[in-house]
Amino acid sequence: MIVDVAFALPLAADNLLAARETMAFTLGFHIVLACIGVALPALMLIAEYRGRKYDDADALNLARRWSKAAAVLFAVGAVTGTVLSFEMGLLWPKFMEQWGDVFGTGFAIEGIFFFTEAIFIAIYIYGWNRLEGWKHFWTGVPIVIAGIGGAFSVVAVNSWMNQPEGFTLAADGSVTNVAPIDALLNNATAYEFPHMLLAAYMVTGFGLASIYAVGWLKGRRDRRHRLGFIIPFAVAAIATPVQLYVGDVAARGVADHQPAKFAGFECVQETGPNQTEWIGGICTDDGVEYGIGIPGLNSILVGFSTDTVVTGLNDIAPDERPPANTMLHLAFDGMVGIGSALLLLAGWFGWSMWRRREPPASVWFWRGAAVAGVGSVLAMWMGWIVTEVGRQPWIVQGLMRTEDAVTDAEGLWFVFGGAVLLYTALGVIAYKAVRVLSARDDELAGIPYGPPGPEPEIESVEAER
Amino acid sequence: MSKPDVVAGILWLGATLYAVFGGADFGAGVLSLISERDGELGSRARARINRSLTPVWEANHVWLIFCLVVLWTAFPRAFGPLMETLYVPLTAAAIGIVLRGSAFAFGHAFSGRTKRRSEQVFGLASVITPFFMGCVVGAVAAGAVPADGAGEPFSSWLAPLPILVGILFVTSSTYLAAVLLRDDARRGGDPELFRYFTRRAIGGAAVAGALSVAGVFALRSDARFLFDGLTGPGLPLMIASLLMGTLVLVGLVKGVERGLRPLAAGALVAVIWGWGVAQHPYLLPENVTIDAAAGAPQTLTAVIIVFIFALLIVGPALIFLYRLSQMQVLED
Repeated sequence: MIVDVAFALPLAADNLLAARETMAFTLGFHIVLACIGVALPALMLIAEYRGRKYDDADALNLARRWSKAAAVLFAVGAVTGTVLSFEMGLLWPKFMEQWGDVFGTGFAIEGIFFFTEAIFIAIYIYGWNRLEGWKHFWTGVPIVIAGIGGAFSVVAVNSWMNQPEGFTLAADGSVTNVAPIDALLNNATAYEFPHMLLAAYMVTGFGLASIYAVGWLKGRRDRRHRLGFIIPFAVAAIATPVQLYVGDVAARGVADHQPAKFAGFECVQETGPNQTEWIGGICTDDGVEYGIGIPGLNSILVGFSTDTVVTGLNDIAPDERPPANTMLHLAFDGMVGIGSALLLLAGWFGWSMWRRREPPASVWFWRGAAVAGVGSVLAMWMGWIVTEVGRQPWIVQGLMRTEDAVTDAEGLWFVFGGAVLLYTALGVIAYKAVRVLSARDDELAGIPYGPPGPEPEIESVEAER
Repeated sequence: MSKPDVVAGILWLGATLYAVFGGADFGAGVLSLISERDGELGSRARARINRSLTPVWEANHVWLIFCLVVLWTAFPRAFGPLMETLYVPLTAAAIGIVLRGSAFAFGHAFSGRTKRRSEQVFGLASVITPFFMGCVVGAVAAGAVPADGAGEPFSSWLAPLPILVGILFVTSSTYLAAVLLRDDARRGGDPELFRYFTRRAIGGAAVAGALSVAGVFALRSDARFLFDGLTGPGLPLMIASLLMGTLVLVGLVKGVERGLRPLAAGALVAVIWGWGVAQHPYLLPENVTIDAAAGAPQTLTAVIIVFIFALLIVGPALIFLYRLSQMQVLED
């Protein structure tokens, strides 16, 4: 007993913020790996398909080296994902206690997909030598399906937090008539799931392609590097216009069902028609300052007419308004802005491939492609900021406040600090590991590396051997 | 049998599979750490461990996710209090899981000193993680998790029984892993390594056996309810476990080559189910019953349906993976 009190004394301060920051940081880290887990298998399979169908040694080489990197990244993704299932309970025990049986079925289904993924990933990655030909290819197909299914079931739970359905709230506040399938197939799932799935393909596609774009800028322009760029970039480029359409639908869905969130990120202060669409700027109580305003466009985007009435923050009770409107507004604009820039890049690529069967020759295209990976990750993070911060103060929209869900446990800021240190180290080492694996592949394959650029990371690790 | 009982059975089955497959996985990590001081034979042991674990470790640990998910979906009124009270050992276990999995993966990428470091972190985390999980289970057994979740954050598990269970988790995992790896070494055609793992298995069995005896006394004083259950309705299973454990030990000493793996796993399974029978109808002994913790009946039905699908889909896939792994088709 004494030991409990002694440990407890200095640590109980502001659990809500610490818990939110911990969740945001660990989820933000994991989601990148989750994207890779969902989409990289498809890219490997495309390369392997090409390799086997056309007897293309370069394509097979790519599939194989990507799967080696995947072994490391999937492992880190698996453990950071496990941590998240702990965190659900450790940080938000009351949320789980009250609502776990309403939304939990999504996670139960996800369990099947996660199992399938873990099993076939292992067979695919470690089966290269002994499973010959198309047999090996087919062991990769369940991974792709499981990635899509897993994304669906997890995102459905988040959608449920935004638009809780599938139960009846009795007069005494208890939850009855639970309908697990209705909870999963809530209104928000319809756009949140495709939005996230496409984001996964964009993050992975642009991310992988940007590595080869950097190589191109450094002078590595042999056939393998070219193919290593084209396969992932083409996949991401195809996903991009669809993503912008889905995002547009999603924004209208949010305006309909979560007007507070929409008013928050669009900085709509007064309910009314003919709302200005603000690009950039700072959100104040009087509206956006220093931004570029397009009169009436916000109303048009929400309801295809300047007459469309958009709910403003003045119609939301003060204690139910989302916080940090400037951050929300800039996060939303940043996401849309990056998405639009990626669309231009994708269009440029598409045009060039159609006309010349070659990626664009302009160095500006390759510079754009080189930052497209980081850009798509930033856009995804900003999207999650809009979704999650925009829902505050609720953890379950309109039904449970985040402050009522958080744990009473002490020392959460230490947990946050520890998580930052641990994950930073993990990220750095994982990055080095992937570099080392890739360098080793080149040695083994005896592939000429083009004009060698300075690569201190690899050399320092090699020196340790 | 009521619907909550069926789902509790599913949860228990998941926990059993995690204890066997995840446990063997942890134990292999402990053996890898121990082998550090065994010179050339030790590095052969680590190479063997590495080969056996690489393709299957991720799948082995999905059972943990399975248990967590079933717990919070089907029994949210037990999951909440559990997490609220035992957050310290649970956080420690989560850190252990991160270190373990990533260090294992990094060990494959690097060579030289970084590889050795990764292996050491992997080994240490393989001790830490099951230890803290055992502490959690021991604290639950001792009735330290109240229904409102407002249990003691430290003294709930910093007590003789939870710590003993923690150590027991580590040692029995090590013992089980040694029995399994012994078989792998034999099939790999390395009789010296076979004898090496046999010695480790005997050592592990002796320590785990002695700790179990101590555990009986700890249960009797700190978890009387569970003790009565284990010596009452759970007794046949405890005796079965004792018999199987003894057979394994005799087999190990006599150098029996085949058939010890199912017996060793069986001994563990019998204890877990004896435990389950003993604490029935409680999920958190003497505080929260299975029925009281259960979520909506529709959700329980959904979990049962999902579980049937899991059996049909995951079951054959897992067997396929283990077969390929046994046939040495999967290699780094």
